[in-house]
Amino acid sequence: MDPLLKLDNVSSFIGPFHILQGVTLEVYPGEAVVILGRNGAGKTTTLRTIIGLVPASAGKIILDSVDLTAMPPYHTVRQGIGFVPEDYGIFDALTVEENLLIAMWQEDQDTVDRRDHVLELFTDLKESYKRLASTLSGGQRQMLSIARALVNDNKIILIDEPSKGLAPIIVEKVRDTLLTFKQEKTIVLVEQNFEMACAVGDRYYIIAEGQTVLDGTIKELMDDEELQRKHLGFVTA
Amino acid sequence: MHIFLMLLINGLAEGALIFLMAAGLSIILGLLGVVNFTHGVLFIWGGYVSIWIFSMTGSFPIAIIAAVAAGALMGLVFERLFIRPVYGNVTAQILITLGLGVVFTDMARLFWGPNPIPASRPEFMDGTWVIDAVIISQYRIFLIVVGILVAIGINYLVNRTKVGMVMRAGIQSPEMVQALGINIKVYFAGVFAGGAALAALGGALYVPLVGSVWSGMGINNQILAFIVIILGGMGSFYGSAVGSIIIGLTVAFVSWFYPPLTVYTTVLLLLLVLTLKPEGLFGMAVRN
Repeated sequence: MDPLLKLDNVSSFIGPFHILQGVTLEVYPGEAVVILGRNGAGKTTTLRTIIGLVPASAGKIILDSVDLTAMPPYHTVRQGIGFVPEDYGIFDALTVEENLLIAMWQEDQDTVDRRDHVLELFTDLKESYKRLASTLSGGQRQMLSIARALVNDNKIILIDEPSKGLAPIIVEKVRDTLLTFKQEKTIVLVEQNFEMACAVGDRYYIIAEGQTVLDGTIKELMDDEELQRKHLGFVTA
Repeated sequence: MHIFLMLLINGLAEGALIFLMAAGLSIILGLLGVVNFTHGVLFIWGGYVSIWIFSMTGSFPIAIIAAVAAGALMGLVFERLFIRPVYGNVTAQILITLGLGVVFTDMARLFWGPNPIPASRPEFMDGTWVIDAVIISQYRIFLIVVGILVAIGINYLVNRTKVGMVMRAGIQSPEMVQALGINIKVYFAGVFAGGAALAALGGALYVPLVGSVWSGMGINNQILAFIVIILGGMGSFYGSAVGSIIIGLTVAFVSWFYPPLTVYTTVLLLLLVLTLKPEGLFGMAVRN
């Protein structure tokens, strides 16, 4: 089976800083891949480079046989990528409804049906539908951000640290949500919360100093304390 | 009381003209983060083009449409060739737009000559109404009506259309708008061209009010527009509208009672607002 998403030795810069120095990974249809690593390793930059917000300076990014490497972000996203950024990327001056509408670039009946389905999943959003997004709580903003990635018929969803800054009870809710739509979508998840990563992920890649240094199944990672200590700086109980 | 009413109408008409410049300038600053000093020259070109076309066709509406189209076209060219390469670089934006202002002001002198060109108001609104001893200029009422219609139009565009939705989102995060599959550069170009068209409309409507067009008329109005957007709050459409009315009325009243104080009063007003509310009356987050 061919990978749905493939990064081949990808490099990128932010200003003068060489952040990604050779990231290689493959994501197969239907799986959830977790990108792990210490702070500043290049995890977020990997996601931002995939969708073109940070331009790749070398290497190849291929999604479903389409070369994304030199595409502008708006074009990349239209190849079928949903993006849930670390800071949620919610527009405060827009209502919940408008935050969903602005993401619906496909503008067909299927997209409208998907939005209605998503609102059934996220009842909080349905109740706040006409409210300004600035009035939402952190958990609701995260849900809205995830909902926005689901309204289009995306092939893959990139999610950056969905548990960051949220209360434990909300993190559980976010985890349950990811587990629900994991059954239908291919996911790339950047996550510092190891429990969340293990609950959602099937496979992992570890990035250190801008390079992929290790990969395997989540089960292998959970069973290998030495590997956890060496690359992630902790050991699960 | 009669003088008060007359000055009120004069001030609102002046405010409507300033609003046409300030609204575009404010949205360009808010959405694109561009400090744009070409608005004065677009105002001048709007005036010259309208007079030029009016002299050839004798039609005021055609002259206005031509001025707006010229402004939009110049805005598109400015954005594509000169502004787009310097998004995010405020110093370069200031230098480039100031330079464009100088070049296109001299080009206007080259095409239409260095001397003021007289302009008349269209016949159908050249008169006055006298209501209870208050003399009301028809043209000033026309300016107020145009100002109100433009404000309603912009309000509709910003709050009721997908274009406006993208603009409001883009002011907060143009990057995230792109990450949702929208080509924000197209909107940037459209907003710049729209703002330029509004400035040209302002120039085209200003010329019949003062009776002539000359190459130096843009700078004063540009300064007033900048005062308005700082007063009203950068990036805020409502701020531009309210700020324009405040400045228009201030200029009308102070220049009637003690003209030498006009400039000082507007600057004092600006200082007062900046001291009490540094983000302006309707301030929003502005990039850069």
